Amino acid sequence: MTSYYFSIIGTRDNPVYEFEFSSFKNSLAMSTSTSVPGKSQFSASIKEMLPFISNSSLDIIEDAQWTTNLFYLGKIDSFYGLLVNAFITQGNIKFVLCYDVSNGTTQKYDDSSIKQFFIEANDLYVKCLLNPFYSVNDAIVSPDFDLRLKLIAKKYL
Amino acid sequence: MSNDNIILPSAASLSTLSIADNPKSGFGYNPSLGPLSNTITPESSNILLNRKTLSLTPTSGNSIYDKNVNNKKINEINLSSLSFLFCEAVNWTHRNSKGIQDLETRLNGLGYQVGQRFLELIKLREGVKSSKREIKIIDILRFIHGTFWKSIFGKTANELEKSQDASNEYMIIDNVPLVSKFISIPKDYGNLNCSAFMAGIIEGALDSSSFHANVTAHSAPIDGVPLRTVFLIKFDEQLVIRESLRFN
Repeated sequence: MTSYYFSIIGTRDNPVYEFEFSSFKNSLAMSTSTSVPGKSQFSASIKEMLPFISNSSLDIIEDAQWTTNLFYLGKIDSFYGLLVNAFITQGNIKFVLCYDVSNGTTQKYDDSSIKQFFIEANDLYVKCLLNPFYSVNDAIVSPDFDLRLKLIAKKYL
Repeated sequence: MSNDNIILPSAASLSTLSIADNPKSGFGYNPSLGPLSNTITPESSNILLNRKTLSLTPTSGNSIYDKNVNNKKINEINLSSLSFLFCEAVNWTHRNSKGIQDLETRLNGLGYQVGQRFLELIKLREGVKSSKREIKIIDILRFIHGTFWKSIFGKTANELEKSQDASNEYMIIDNVPLVSKFISIPKDYGNLNCSAFMAGIIEGALDSSSFHANVTAHSAPIDGVPLRTVFLIKFDEQLVIRESLRFN
C-alpha cells in the first residue's frame, strides 16, 4: 500500500498543514490484519526525513513556477524511491505530496487522481482563506478542514 | 525552557496551541506536534471509512467547507449597503489615524487582505483546468484590469497604461471607482483619495503572486469625469530584471 505525506507550505517556506496517511484503497480487504486502514506505513527513519524531503523540493518548485503557467506541476522530484508531486496556487502556496512506490507495486499510481486530489485540496484551502480569522501563512488548525481533507484523500488516493 | 514555551512556526493569530494540546477527536492539525497530531487513528479511520457525521466544532453542521464557492453566477449586493459599509470603514480608520497619509495607509491595509483572498478565490472560480497562473508582469496586470476587476466591481477598469518615465510603473485607470462613488473629500483634506482601499486590493493581489509592488491611488479628474482615479503601480526594480532574465 502506498503511503503519502501531504504538506501545505506557505509563502515564507513555513509549514501550514501536514498530513501523513496511506491509501485507503483495498484497505477493507486487508483490515483483517492488525494495521489500521489509512495509517501511514513509512518506516521511522523515513518519517523523520519527510519534512526535509518536501522542503528540499521547494527549489525545484520555484524553478518550475516561472517556466510553466500550470497549477499542477506534476512529478517534480524523487528521493530514494519516494516521489514528490507538487501544485502551486496563484498566491504562491505550495501543496507537496510525497509518496513511496517501492513497496506494494500492485497499486499503480495514477497521476490524474493525484491532480484531482490537489484541485480539491485547493478548493478547501481557498474556503479556509475566506475565513476572516485566518490570515495567509497561518497554520490551519481547523478540525473541520482536517476532516474534509482526509475525506478527499480517501476518495482519490 | 518549559514545554509550554515551544516556538510555534506560524500560528500568529491564534491563541497558542501547545505541545500538550492533542486534538481529542483525532482531527485537527497542531503545528507544534506536526503530522503526529492528525495521524490516522483506529477511531478516525473508522469515521472516514463509514462516513459517520460528527460535530467537531460548533459550526460543523453549517460550515464554509460544505458550501460551494465555485459558482459562476455573480452574487450581487446592494450598492447602498456596500457604500454604507465602506463609509463606516472610512470613518473608523479616520478616527484611528493620525493624518491623511496615515489614513490612506490604513485603508490600503484593509484592502490588502481582501486582495490576497480574492486573488485565490477568482483563480478558483476560473476553474483550475481552464485557467492558468499568471507569471508575467503584463499578464497579471491584464488579469487584474480585466477578470479580477470585473468580479469585484462588476466591470473592467477603464484603462491600463505603462508609464513613459519609468519602466517599472504601470497605471490602471478607473473613471468611477465603485467604493468612493458617493464620497466627497472636504477641501482641507488635500489630495486624500478613499480609493486607497482599492489600491490596497491590487497591492495584496500582486504581492501574493510575488509581483511585489507599491500601489497608490491618485485623483486625476478630467472634463466630465470628476471621480477619475489613477492607480499607480510601482513594481520593485528587481522584478523588471527578473522578468528580462527569465523571458528574454
